[in-house]
Amino acid sequence: MSARARRRVGDLSGLPESASGPRHLVWWGNIGFMLIEGTGFLLAAGVYLYLASQTPHWPPDGDALPALMWSGIFTIGLLASEIPNLWLLGRSRAKDVWALRYGTALMTILGIALAAVRWFELQHLGVRWDHDAYGSALWLLMVLHTTHVVTDLGDTAVLSVWLFTHEVGDDQFADVEDNANYWSFVVMAWLPIYILVYWVPRWM
Amino acid sequence: MSRLDETWADRPGWWGFLTTVDHKRIAARYIVTVVAMLFLAGMLALDMRLQLSAANGTRMGPQLYDESFSLHGSTMLFLVSVPVMEAMGIWLVPLMLGARNLAFPRLTAFSYWLYLGGVLMLWVPHALGITPDLGWFEYPPLSGPGYAPGHRADIWAQMITFTEVAALSASVNIAATILKMRPPGMTLARMPFFLWAMLIASLMTIFALPAVMLVTSMLIADRLVSTQFFTPAGGGDVLLFQHLFWFFGHPEVYIIFVPAVGFVSAIVEAFSRRPLFGHIAMVLSLLSISVLAFGLWVHHMFAVGLPRLGNDFYTAASMVIALPAGIQIFCWIATIGSGRPRFATPMLWVVGFIATFVIGGLSGVMVASAPLDLQLTDTYFVVAHFHYVLVGGAMFPLFGAFCYWYPKATGRMMSERWGIIAFVLIVGGFNLGFFPMHILGLEGMPRRVYTYGPEMGWDGLNLLATIGSTVSVLGGLVLVANALLSYWRGAPAGADPWGGPTLEWAAPSPPPPYNFEHTPVVTGVAPLWEHDDLPVMTGLKDDAREVLVTSVLDAIPLYRQHSPAPSIWPLLCALAVSAMFVGSIFTAWAILWGMVPIAVGLILWFWPVRGRATSGPLRARGQ
Repeated sequence: MSARARRRVGDLSGLPESASGPRHLVWWGNIGFMLIEGTGFLLAAGVYLYLASQTPHWPPDGDALPALMWSGIFTIGLLASEIPNLWLLGRSRAKDVWALRYGTALMTILGIALAAVRWFELQHLGVRWDHDAYGSALWLLMVLHTTHVVTDLGDTAVLSVWLFTHEVGDDQFADVEDNANYWSFVVMAWLPIYILVYWVPRWM
Repeated sequence: MSRLDETWADRPGWWGFLTTVDHKRIAARYIVTVVAMLFLAGMLALDMRLQLSAANGTRMGPQLYDESFSLHGSTMLFLVSVPVMEAMGIWLVPLMLGARNLAFPRLTAFSYWLYLGGVLMLWVPHALGITPDLGWFEYPPLSGPGYAPGHRADIWAQMITFTEVAALSASVNIAATILKMRPPGMTLARMPFFLWAMLIASLMTIFALPAVMLVTSMLIADRLVSTQFFTPAGGGDVLLFQHLFWFFGHPEVYIIFVPAVGFVSAIVEAFSRRPLFGHIAMVLSLLSISVLAFGLWVHHMFAVGLPRLGNDFYTAASMVIALPAGIQIFCWIATIGSGRPRFATPMLWVVGFIATFVIGGLSGVMVASAPLDLQLTDTYFVVAHFHYVLVGGAMFPLFGAFCYWYPKATGRMMSERWGIIAFVLIVGGFNLGFFPMHILGLEGMPRRVYTYGPEMGWDGLNLLATIGSTVSVLGGLVLVANALLSYWRGAPAGADPWGGPTLEWAAPSPPPPYNFEHTPVVTGVAPLWEHDDLPVMTGLKDDAREVLVTSVLDAIPLYRQHSPAPSIWPLLCALAVSAMFVGSIFTAWAILWGMVPIAVGLILWFWPVRGRATSGPLRARGQ
């Protein structure tokens, strides 16, 4: 049996060749990976709380509390980076090439600065990962989040280099938008982790 | 037509093989790999059955037996059941949507190469004599650094990482495709049930698999960099492993079963020649199963000594899931009863599935009860139960699906006669082999023992189990031989040999690289039964790879999306990721340094090909 007869009922050639926001296909792929990683963060937080519930003192006696200075600078810096990030998101929707180039460059510089602060933050956690389960859970959360900071920093840097050296098309506006959304995810994911790592042990 | 062919065709030869992003080719290699794995795991099963067929068997010692069941279980769960469901989705979803490819074609290729990495991760060390030997879930402390020196446990844990990244990539791809690439007119309300099943299974994968990736990574960290997650002396907790493992492990069963429900529904609909009875009730029951599945994991841990109230809650929750499952069974029976059923091979598999799965469901309700489970846990009753649910509930529908869609994939019909012979051998042999295990379990025979004494009186039933399994494996060989021979000798199938209701039957068999010449338009849940001809929309380019993107709820056409061309980078990235995974078994530095080639690979994968800048400070010279 051959394929059945076709009846033309419309034409798609007038449709645009790109879109932005949730209309764009890649936006949904980005959401998919955020859901996966968000689930990972939630479960890691669950690990931290579960281990805390199995121990009479949290952190266990003798463990130093994680220091507040570098983590505070990191948290304030990260929150502040949302301002240019959201600006960049708006400019990418407005298809502003100049803002795309310099905005991604700015976000790269901010990302490098934040990664450096994070490096100092990791030196002041007060406990090694192999000291006890508390240290392991603490480092699990920090390593997971740091991986995300570094990954998005890398992505932003590459995007920026590409944007400065190439003619920008519609797809790149969507790329920058997805990258900005991902940075917002990295920022939002940090706030509960920050409270869990730095404040919950002080309240318990 | 020829321009479309030129646009979508792969390069010939090896380069085309390594770079293809055609979802049909990638699904086919997924399925061929799965069949090879199924064969190897089946041979392991037969080997174990031979060992147990009589008391005081000497075919295997305890170590070889441990390795055999670990390899059998790990292969079946991680390298057969989940990947084959992803593969069917990868092949079928774009066809059923009237689309030209999946949403993220290069991710499809990456997913397969990583899955293949997982296969090699488990089986190459096995060939070298290093086989994981702690079962398919490798609980600490047994798998921790203190009790499992060497790299057997690491190999198992990294095999998981490979296959889970592969499955997650496939799931995001499938979910985005179903949500954003439905043809005009296919609102969510008009979405065929199989697509609902794949969407729900993909979302379940997205929420369940991070748990097992996390827990196996924690195990590797305990073994590699001396973290203390599972060491009680350091404040760790071994039950944490079990909680995380089963938070994944129970939904995993449904990640395998939900697509199977989709197969069964598609076959029942086509062969009853009427739309599925209770379509909305079926979708809602599938949704409720997917939610409930995340609240059941503790029923795998009734015997570890959790609080009584916890056990009671999970007993109740486990029994509740029988309700939506029951609704589905009744809807299928109602569809068959009120239709004009035709019992061709795919439909026979559905009958075999319903009978077998109901038995597995009933033994499931029995072990859902915590007090009874305490008696039966770690006995052959549980072995019987989960084989009834997984083989009866997922493999039988899969074989039915294989027979149903084989003509579409190959353009040839399979032999009905040999199809029926394979069906009788597999279903008959399976029930002969596994039903006695219920009784063995009730008599107290523990699972995972390599032998037993003659005084136990278990010989007769064990021999029966071995005979049944052998018959079943023979049936499997007949099924594969039928598929292979029909590929060359089968009668030509034509586009729509079964009179199917969904869009894939409007494409030629086998479908060309671009699947459909024009975009189909859908007016009902069984679109091909609505009209004699096929309403279509023209306008997608034929000289560039383009797919149609539509709105999530109502499938209103939004824009035409460029679809990526074949590329070698998914393979090279998968190789880089594999090197990092393998290296991380030996040193933590492999994770850091391994990131460098991965980053380079990903950058080149995603590097957009466009002209040099004509504006800005870094514009090309002379511009």
